[in-house]
Amino acid sequence: MTSRRRRLAAVGVPALVAGLLGLAGCGTAAAPEPAESLTVYAAASLAGPVSDLLAEYATDHPEVSVEPAVFDGSSTLVTQISEGAAPDVIVTANETTMADLTAAGLVDQPHVVATNSLVIAVPEGNPAGIASLTDLADVDTVLCAPQVPCGDAAATLLQLNQVEVDPLSLEQNVTAAAERVTSGAADAALVYATDVASREDQLDAIVPEHAEEVVNRYPAAALTTAGPAGAEFLELLGSARGTAVLADYGFGSR
Amino acid sequence: MSSPRPAREPGGRIPPVLLAPAVVAVALLTLPLLALLPRVDWAGAPQALTSPEALAAVSLSLRTGLVAVGCCLILGIPLALVLARAPGPVAAVLRVLVTLPLVLPPLVGGLALLYLFGRQGWLGQATVAVGISVPFTTAAVVLAQTFVALPFLVISLEGALRTAGGRYASVAATLGAGRWTVLRRITLPRAMPGLIAGTVLAFARAVGEFGATAMVAGNAPGRTQTIPMAIYTAFNGAGVSRDSALALAVLLVVVALVILIGLRDWRRREAW
Repeated sequence: MTSRRRRLAAVGVPALVAGLLGLAGCGTAAAPEPAESLTVYAAASLAGPVSDLLAEYATDHPEVSVEPAVFDGSSTLVTQISEGAAPDVIVTANETTMADLTAAGLVDQPHVVATNSLVIAVPEGNPAGIASLTDLADVDTVLCAPQVPCGDAAATLLQLNQVEVDPLSLEQNVTAAAERVTSGAADAALVYATDVASREDQLDAIVPEHAEEVVNRYPAAALTTAGPAGAEFLELLGSARGTAVLADYGFGSR
Repeated sequence: MSSPRPAREPGGRIPPVLLAPAVVAVALLTLPLLALLPRVDWAGAPQALTSPEALAAVSLSLRTGLVAVGCCLILGIPLALVLARAPGPVAAVLRVLVTLPLVLPPLVGGLALLYLFGRQGWLGQATVAVGISVPFTTAAVVLAQTFVALPFLVISLEGALRTAGGRYASVAATLGAGRWTVLRRITLPRAMPGLIAGTVLAFARAVGEFGATAMVAGNAPGRTQTIPMAIYTAFNGAGVSRDSALALAVLLVVVALVILIGLRDWRRREAW
């Protein structure tokens, strides 16, 4: 019995260690990584142009396995990368969020690839008759959370206009804020001009006063761990072609 | 559970005034699920479920759910055996630890996992040093699912082991059967209903897992975007279409119903 117990311990301890490691490895083992891959994390507002450019990149580089991009609020993406997510390229919707990654030494020098500004998004035809930011105080308005670039910009813009809004909800990314108006849950939202442009059959945009003074600059950077595909995609984003695709979606150039 | 069903109580024992809140309770539990149905575009449902994004989510959920249940079995059976045979105070402490993830909001579990396996976490620092990063990978989905599903398996199996008792096992041991033989031929077969019920519930819980996955695995299509994540994303205006999300939601309800009804019928046949 004692020998058996000892044998059990001899088997058990390494088995536990192997088991924990195996548990962590379960998923990674299931999907063997090809030689070269490209994963892009980008601000939610970039879903259209970045998807288009990724498709172009995939056509031009059949040897690279292009993963579906992750689009979410910039601060969410930055937190995920800080905690261990490892895409090749990150594009955020303002320089404040990117600064966290630069400071942590997780990304190479970022470069601004696009600009964007805020509009008031209302359902098509503007049923509530909203004309300016002051009207937002009287209707159900959705904003982005202040930590997210669109929320940061919204707070600055409201302050410039000396308007206070009691938001129905603070969303974690700009797509969600626009969606609240599209689905009829809210009467208005402060979102980027590009978000309304890509939903022009459902939303109308009202350009508020001082909007041109609150411009978000979108920096793009490769992670320090990125492969060559990351640098290539950054080059495409910053190229004349990249700028043209971004402009098609309503983004301004640097 | 082995005791015969009590005979039906004679009517009129419940104060009639309590019927109203009981009806409200049933309505509260069932009406929201029924409200899903008229919103589904039934003709388009097969197409909505087989869109590339929806298929990717279904496939990922199935694969990670199965691996998570495998991990639950490998870790949970030994834990349930220890729990069922441990002396009172030890078992009591262990049981609280095992039940904690069951009661805890999964979101908190996800945060805790992130702080253990994250870049700055205790284990994360060690794994990163050898070139392995778990968070925001498919492995993290499995980790989150295992974390929330394991208690279901352990509690269910432990209950069955206690009900089955250790008498047959002791007799077998005095007759000269080794520990492995007793475990394989007596203990586990006698606890099989609990093991199967626990396994099925663990799978259902793993496939439905959302909060912990969102925190530790994120929302990358094809990699960590499981069915619940895809549904959530769709209602934030991105990813799969709204129709796909509804169809997926109904699919999850149906799977849960099938599992519950299947378990009930099977338990009855096994005369639990």
